[in-house]
Amino acid sequence: MRLLKLVPDNTNVPFMRWRMPALLLSLALIAASLGLLAAKGLNLGVDFVGGQMIRATFAQAAPLDAIRSRIGALDLGDATIQEFGDPRTVSIRMALPQGKGTSVDAAVERVKGAVRQASPDVRFDAVETVTGKVSEELAWDGGVSLLLAILGIAVYIWFRFEWQFGVGAILTLFHDVAITLGFFALTQLEVNLNVVAAFLTIVGYSLNDTVVVYDRIRENLRKYRKMEIVPLIDLSLNETLSRTIVTSLSIILALTILLFVGPDVIFGLSAAILFGAIIGTYSTIYVSAPMLIWLGVGPDSFVPTSAPTNAERVGERMP
Amino acid sequence: MLDFPRWKIWGIVLLCLVGIVFAVPSLFPESQTSKWPSFAPTARINLGLDLKGGVQLLLEADTADVAKQRFALKEEEVRVELRRAKPKIEIGDISTSGGRLSFLLRDPGQVDEAREVILPLTNGAGMSGQRDWTIDVVDTSRIVLTPTQAGLSNAIEQALDTATDVVRRRIDPDGTKEVTVIRQGARRILVQVPGLQDPGALKALLGQTAKLDFKLVDQTATQEQVDAGRAPVGSQILPFAEGGGKIAVRRRAMVTGDQLIDANQSYDENGAPGVAIRFDSQGGRRFATVTRDNVGKPFAIIVDDRVISAPSINEPILGGNAQITGNFTVESANQLAVALRSGKLPVELEVIEERTVGPDLGKESIRKGAIASAIAILAVMAFMLITYGRFGVYANIALILNALLILGIMAIFNATLTLPGIAGFVLTIGAAVDANVLINERIREEQRKGRKVLDAVETGYKEASTAIFDANITNVIAAALMLYFGSGPIQGFAKVLLIGIVTSVFTAVNVTRMMVAFHLRRNRPKELHI
Repeated sequence: MRLLKLVPDNTNVPFMRWRMPALLLSLALIAASLGLLAAKGLNLGVDFVGGQMIRATFAQAAPLDAIRSRIGALDLGDATIQEFGDPRTVSIRMALPQGKGTSVDAAVERVKGAVRQASPDVRFDAVETVTGKVSEELAWDGGVSLLLAILGIAVYIWFRFEWQFGVGAILTLFHDVAITLGFFALTQLEVNLNVVAAFLTIVGYSLNDTVVVYDRIRENLRKYRKMEIVPLIDLSLNETLSRTIVTSLSIILALTILLFVGPDVIFGLSAAILFGAIIGTYSTIYVSAPMLIWLGVGPDSFVPTSAPTNAERVGERMP
Repeated sequence: MLDFPRWKIWGIVLLCLVGIVFAVPSLFPESQTSKWPSFAPTARINLGLDLKGGVQLLLEADTADVAKQRFALKEEEVRVELRRAKPKIEIGDISTSGGRLSFLLRDPGQVDEAREVILPLTNGAGMSGQRDWTIDVVDTSRIVLTPTQAGLSNAIEQALDTATDVVRRRIDPDGTKEVTVIRQGARRILVQVPGLQDPGALKALLGQTAKLDFKLVDQTATQEQVDAGRAPVGSQILPFAEGGGKIAVRRRAMVTGDQLIDANQSYDENGAPGVAIRFDSQGGRRFATVTRDNVGKPFAIIVDDRVISAPSINEPILGGNAQITGNFTVESANQLAVALRSGKLPVELEVIEERTVGPDLGKESIRKGAIASAIAILAVMAFMLITYGRFGVYANIALILNALLILGIMAIFNATLTLPGIAGFVLTIGAAVDANVLINERIREEQRKGRKVLDAVETGYKEASTAIFDANITNVIAAALMLYFGSGPIQGFAKVLLIGIVTSVFTAVNVTRMMVAFHLRRNRPKELHI
């Protein structure tokens, strides 16, 4: 049997030749993401802004307009009504009614009644009520855990490698997270607690690739003391290219299946991790690796005794 | 490389077998596993509320309420103890304001005696030797009691512990249901009731404090006073639970619900629903005394400061049995009985988060999750096979073992599988082959460089191991943070990831290595087809 070789033996792709265009592309993507975040914002779920959410599944495609007008007639304040994962599933979100206790349930029952009127063949899958107090905490915890994850991983890499690698890791992670946030701003997929889990996973797996490449760069730096940094990084990337492709493909394969066949409720989570896996593969090659050139990693980086100052190194290696 | 000690082989095989054996029950429906012989393992993976359906409430204690109650209680204690003191210590102007309880001594000469009496009313709080109240004397005749932070924290801690027990008893009086009631943080209680679809009933059960008081009606109060809400000294105006209206009652309770030992829904002589209660011996005696002394007078039955009814005492009630009547339905009488039986909540609980998941969604999610997992496993296996041939088969065996080990370990620890956990499982399947990819690619590389078979395999495993280790640590960091910061479902996701990381490294490195060693020893290939 002939084995599949997605990447031929002994490739010699000059990846680093395109590092400037790639940098521009990355910057443009980040700028676009920030712009989208500013312009459209994130579609935050009740987990993070508080309020009530009712999720309903219909036998056929959901009659969005009928639901909208029925709920609008209830005079319960602004309601956001959108598809959730697939056209048969709808999420209805609205602010908490003022006052304590029973009024919350009363509002839910009225909305349920209105939805039944719009289409009797409906199943209510979930009702969530989150007060402002809880949602603020959840948002804070989510943000803090994401930042801590980025910092924790960067510090670990700094310890295992050199400071430049740690900085490279941080920038790579911010790059991936920013662009994935942009993806959520663009698609307006609901951002809930699950999506935070997705972001943390992206942070973990995005660096998985990067670490393998860094590991090889370190190995080659020790092996080929005389080689210039640019060809050395190209060599390392080419040597690990087959692995990068095979692993990324198997992850993407599994996640694509999850996205289309798996449970609808975690569509957002699956989409985020899938998108992050793709961005992570790109950023390994075009953010993590060239960052080392810009940060002045050289043949001496792992020989601490005779290391020149970083300023000198940066000066020498700047393209 | 070829040298695999026997104990290591057995260790690996044994570990895998244990994992597989424990994974099996979770793959079959419960209706079948219950019929299995008793020696078969039955521990199975718990399903989270998002997969099982049910209601989840997050309750927060009103800690200001605890502080307020402490002041009221302390004020009462101080009054009683100073009155009982010999000689009696006269006080005036006792009030709580600005977070302090203060009163004036009629005779400033009694400051030291008053202090003597009050000191035993304070208790040690915390480890620092601090007391729960500090006592100060201001302007020679005013005594000020200030609660300390340690004392308040202690009180809140105790209130929350008691409240957790009470909540559990109310939801699950017989201890037979599969409910979760756990403390969360300093002020919260998480309640999960699988299978329930009506959060309203649950909230009604937890919404009442169930503080029961029997108080005499103050018949001296005029209608104008009641309407204006101005109670005579020693009395208070309370609203009726139903139908509006107010009534003046004595502040001091004749008997309270603290002395109850049982409460059941019952019917009165007219067939109307009520609640039959029984007092303990002390409460029963007390009840007998006050009813004997007050025959003919009306008394109020008060739950949570709302008057249920105010019947007249027709005859002394002896024996400690009584009945609460009022405007009850069978359901509301039953709820009150359960609430009274479970004891009063020491603090008011507010629902700050509420999630209800329908029963069908979970079933659908599990089905779709299982299908997605199966297809993902098959797809990744096919991919490995066409990419690495024989070595792909090894990776695939490792992959299947890995999937079973994850399920087995989750079952052993009775871990909870949540909806995001399913995503974690599928992701792990995609990522688990990474270690094998790293090893196999390295072997390919070493072989290209002209190394002999054995040497190439050996170097492949050795050189790949640092990358495998470092690459997985980053995932461990992220998953650990999710475990620490995340709420229920996210923690479920993180657990699956963590278990998956450990098992995948184990299977991908040790199990495949063993199989490769067998292959090399038996067939002694001149060249590896990889």
